[in-house]
Amino acid sequence: MSLELNKVAPAVGAESETKRSQPLLEANRISKTLGGKLILDDVSLSLDRGQRKILIGPSGGGKSTLLKCIHFLNPPDKGDVFLDGKSAKDMSQSNISAFRQEIGMIFQDFNLFDHLTAKDNVAIALRKVKKQPKAAARARAMEELDKVGLSDKAELYPAQLSGGQKQRVSIARAMAMEPKLMLLDEPTSALDPELIGEVLQVIADLAQGGMTMLMVTHQLDFVKHLTDEIIFMENGRIVEQGNPGVLLDAQSNSRTSLFCAKLTQLSSKKWTPGNFM
Amino acid sequence: MDTWEFYVKSLIPALNQGLLMSVKIIVPSALLGIAIGVLVGAGRAAGPKWLKPLLNAYVSVFRGTPLVVQLTMWYFGLPSVSRWLGGYLGPLGLPEFTWKCLILSPYAAAVVAFCLCSGAYQSEYIRGAILSIRKGQFLAAESLGFTKAQTFWHITAPVAVRRALHGCGNEIIYLIKYSSLAIIVSVMELTGQSKSLGSLYFRNFECYCLTALYYLALVSLATIILHLIEKKLEIPGLGQAKA
Amino acid sequence: MSIFDSSLISAAFWIAKGTGLTVALIVGAMFLGLIVGLPMAAIQVYGPRWARFLVMVYVWFFRGIPILVLLFLFYFGVFSPLEAWLTKFFGVRINLPFLASVTTLGLASGAYQSQIFRGAMLSLHMGQYEAALSLGFTRLGALVNIILPQALRIAIPAWANEYSILLKDSAIAYVLGTLEIMSRIKLMVATFHMHVPFYILAGFIYYFLTWLGIKALKKLEAKTRIPGLGSDGDAHFPEANEEIGTDERLEENPNAKPVPKPA
Repeated sequence: MSLELNKVAPAVGAESETKRSQPLLEANRISKTLGGKLILDDVSLSLDRGQRKILIGPSGGGKSTLLKCIHFLNPPDKGDVFLDGKSAKDMSQSNISAFRQEIGMIFQDFNLFDHLTAKDNVAIALRKVKKQPKAAARARAMEELDKVGLSDKAELYPAQLSGGQKQRVSIARAMAMEPKLMLLDEPTSALDPELIGEVLQVIADLAQGGMTMLMVTHQLDFVKHLTDEIIFMENGRIVEQGNPGVLLDAQSNSRTSLFCAKLTQLSSKKWTPGNFM
Repeated sequence: MDTWEFYVKSLIPALNQGLLMSVKIIVPSALLGIAIGVLVGAGRAAGPKWLKPLLNAYVSVFRGTPLVVQLTMWYFGLPSVSRWLGGYLGPLGLPEFTWKCLILSPYAAAVVAFCLCSGAYQSEYIRGAILSIRKGQFLAAESLGFTKAQTFWHITAPVAVRRALHGCGNEIIYLIKYSSLAIIVSVMELTGQSKSLGSLYFRNFECYCLTALYYLALVSLATIILHLIEKKLEIPGLGQAKA
Repeated sequence: MSIFDSSLISAAFWIAKGTGLTVALIVGAMFLGLIVGLPMAAIQVYGPRWARFLVMVYVWFFRGIPILVLLFLFYFGVFSPLEAWLTKFFGVRINLPFLASVTTLGLASGAYQSQIFRGAMLSLHMGQYEAALSLGFTRLGALVNIILPQALRIAIPAWANEYSILLKDSAIAYVLGTLEIMSRIKLMVATFHMHVPFYILAGFIYYFLTWLGIKALKKLEAKTRIPGLGSDGDAHFPEANEEIGTDERLEENPNAKPVPKPA
């Protein structure tokens, strides 16, 4: 056993080097067929700790499906997902649930639990999944709600919250589980324009705090400055990936910049980019 | 007699006879039930003010009490009423049949009970279907110059029929099942045949098994037919009660 | 014999005592149906195909055969031999008709209740289940903690409907000799040779029990109501003369909501 350790980690200093060089998330050759259609075709990507990457592309390109496969909500047909080196394939039910706890997901439709108040929404997974005592879970829940600016809405039910508030609660709920990585599936697409700003602010705060993120979004002007890499997906394949500055440069003629030009053309008719608050 | 002979020579012919009787009960009850349902439902939805409480009372009573009680009343209760009535009408010199007509045969009692009960339930679906049509459609029709009759024929009826179809169809399927209760007023329909044969030959379980199969077949057939009719009349967007 | 004859009065009381048995019958059957129907509903919405198939067979069977036939079937096929066996080997006496009635009515109700709960579960946004899984709930955990509390609340009006139907079906159980209301009515009719007053009494008792039960369930619905959950707070309870209820167990469309009044 100790021999093997020596192989992997030669020296103390170098040990942290190895650890840092191992990506936090590795999705390896993911393929998924849904309803007879090949949605994901041999997709691979990786995220280091603290990295933030954006998935963009035309609808139907498989972006949401990829996120769900990574989270093992819909296990992929082919391929594997590694979180901190641990493989998720062939995991037993209880291990899968532990695996999922380490990743947080924000959904386009918020998916708050309708029968629970905001506070209980955040607390319930702490109580039932992490088995924390009620009082501790509730206190932690209030902490997270405070961070997203909703402590005064803690006792309200989802039906009584606006879309932006609901999404912020769902962020608080995911963050309470202290995940290593956050997946965001078009977090603002279902929101009215005037509500998008409050959610983007919270996401920006998360990024500020060093959270590793993989986000699917159309809010390009916002994410341009936050992200380390843009991944462009089309028809279930990664077509381009690289530095945002390079890809989005109109001169570069990349597929990405062409796609984004189309987006901004449409959106600039409604409001000026960068003025979304 | 051995099992095979029993099934083929006695049970199945008897059940087939019973089946015929069941159909003779179900069909009139269903048709009358729908007729009553349409009249009562329309009355409750769009009728004159004084009529509504009466119709509502009818529906309330016939939906709020068990069919068993109703059946028993029509068959066993009416003769008493008839006798009592005869006590008053006889001395007045009226012919016997004025009160004797209240005494129903088993078959008649069954059909009366079923169609009145079924009618109450049917009226609910019809009423719901009629009420589900948005007022705006009537305004539009009026503005286009439709008469009341034309509105009913071309606007109300097509929509109401489609909306009510599922409920009314299901109600008929219920009738098929509850027709088995006719045995308690000694009508020899499907269940009645199996009961008598079963107790006669002490083969109760087998008889009822086969009877159950007969009903399963009937109900499944009716469900498929209802489904086909619904499919045929389907219009996108005109779903169940999405006003 | 006047209707105020003392023996008649005591007969009426004896019949009224039968209500206790009827209530026991219904409560037993409803809960058996709940225990059987809930898991079946969960299987139908979240389970593997082979399990869904088995559930569908069960539902088809118990919804396709009339209650009367089911009662006889189970009485002669299961409970009569069971009683003989129990008495022979254990010397145990059981109330055979009551047991047979409760079980049969309960199993049949389970088939209908499974469709009620299935509809309630389907009406919930699938995303909540996904969100629960995402937070690390196991499939069972998500079902019990997130789906069930909501599905049960949404199902209460339909459940009230089921109660009303079960109450009326319980009268059929008299054919097995359970001494519930209808059996007693029939016995009294045979004793006193009076028909109509007793039948009217029966009608009143059942009507009253229906009204009482619906009221109780309405209270339950109001107590457990959560803003925004289900039908926007105005639950559609089966009431013959006013609201449209989804009275009758709709075979195909379990989550058909009642028709709203015109604008």
